[in-house]
Amino acid sequence: MSVPKVCGIETEYGVSRRGGGDDNPVVASSLLINAYVDDKRVGWDFEDETPARDARGFTRDASNPPDVETHLVNTVLTNGARYYVDHAHPEYSTPECTDALSLLRADKAGERIIAKSMELARLAEGSVGEIVTYKNNSDGKGNSYGCHENYLMDRNCAFGEIVKNLLPWFVTRQIFTGAGKVGSEHGRDAVEFQISARSDFFEEEVGLETTIRRPIVNTRDEPHAMSSQYRRLHVIVGDANLCELSTFLKVGTTAIVLAMIEDNAIENDLSIYEPVRALREVSRDLTCSALLELRSGRSASPLDLQWEFFNSAQRYAERTGLEHCGGEIVGAEVLRRWEEVLSALEVDPLSLDGRLDWVTKYCLLEQFRERDGVTWDHPKLALIDLQYHDVRPERSLYERLVQAGTIERLLTEDEIEQAVSQPPHDTRAYFRGECLRRWPQSIVAANWDSIVFDVGSGSLQRVPMMDPLKGTRRLVEALLNSCETPIELIEKLGTPH
Amino acid sequence: MPEREQIQKTPQKRREEESTETNTPSSQGEKIKGELDELLDEIDSVLETNAEEFVKSYIQKGGE
Repeated sequence: MSVPKVCGIETEYGVSRRGGGDDNPVVASSLLINAYVDDKRVGWDFEDETPARDARGFTRDASNPPDVETHLVNTVLTNGARYYVDHAHPEYSTPECTDALSLLRADKAGERIIAKSMELARLAEGSVGEIVTYKNNSDGKGNSYGCHENYLMDRNCAFGEIVKNLLPWFVTRQIFTGAGKVGSEHGRDAVEFQISARSDFFEEEVGLETTIRRPIVNTRDEPHAMSSQYRRLHVIVGDANLCELSTFLKVGTTAIVLAMIEDNAIENDLSIYEPVRALREVSRDLTCSALLELRSGRSASPLDLQWEFFNSAQRYAERTGLEHCGGEIVGAEVLRRWEEVLSALEVDPLSLDGRLDWVTKYCLLEQFRERDGVTWDHPKLALIDLQYHDVRPERSLYERLVQAGTIERLLTEDEIEQAVSQPPHDTRAYFRGECLRRWPQSIVAANWDSIVFDVGSGSLQRVPMMDPLKGTRRLVEALLNSCETPIELIEKLGTPH
Repeated sequence: MPEREQIQKTPQKRREEESTETNTPSSQGEKIKGELDELLDEIDSVLETNAEEFVKSYIQKGGE
């Protein structure tokens, strides 16, 4: 039986320093985050972090365990997000959301938070040079950083079933989730332009790694929730998106597919022969219609496979409903737009200019190629590719297109601005964010599944939040309003564990 | 192999095809082209100077 698809996105931003100053990326990332949080800092609590736990049922203790760098800047925001330095990048993890629209708001809020951080860092006393960030996935020289999605899943769902169905899903969904990229990387076959910025970097079908030998299905099993009931599916194969429709569809459709896997509702075995190679082939096929060989002996194009997933999803929605994957309203909107995009890709992918990232970037590059008479290997095109993702509003080419009115919006600026400071109301992020807003001075640390209060007397008080669907506005707003101080809150909650 | 040929194909340039359609008045076509030129000029003005050097100097450590 499917469980509610609580979901989130973690984005590592590319970072560099221009015009002087320490160019160490850890220093630059720390300066950004410190500039943003200033004196309202609340630290992250590392209790319960077990990134080496594997969904296939074992905990690994040797060979390159993913490391957690506890000495780096790490904070929690009033919108329920985590904002921190991960490896050599500023990273923003959205609060937990229950639908694609809410998650899109939280993800876009992240872009505004990073932009504000750059502005504040520039204005900070004694600042040298300018710190610049990019919401993209590689430096064009073989170094990649991730935009990971996370989805809550039923622990009882067999992991083998998840892998079997997700491989063809991830190989083909890039036709609407791709951010587009000029050229190839990681020693892959040369290409002028490809759909996904990430596909060149994948080498395995399944595995625990995220930085080397990247697998299409990642097995990190760290639920940040009741582990007997849930697993968290950690998706590392996606691109960082700017187009709102790309992000909306990426998480909306994936949530539905995951619920279908839990409910055994994917009607055919769509397993692709050699999925790692197929991932790159799909990324290089701008028609989205070249045939792939399936394990069943059939041949089908990425679009054919997407239509099969879509048809299963439509019947699933009629039969079971979409309550667990975004709710009926957002779920129906996901289905409607999914169908619309597949139909448009079938007729002419370029008709999605201004709606999907890869098409928008491709069309922009083509316009420059035509006007300037340059070939695909011209540095100007590589610069356009990079600067499309610049997070500074005055330099971002994506933002220029928004200003010119050629980009389809799903959100208003007001909605995004609200998500910068306010948490979603329907997950535990509400409790986290509201406690931080009300009593920042009394919170020592927080993480996904607990908050640690210092109420001034005795030991620190940890409030566990193991259920992502508790701590919602409906459940705790009245309680929070009835408390003047965190001491009252702790007393009313009873003795914490 | 037909698949191979398909892989090499790029999407049709719909805009080019549309611009030859008779129901698009040429004045409107020119207006769209004018707006596009304006947009490309504007983008040119915000692009970093010395593209080659700029792109070369953008080096990241891996993440994740």
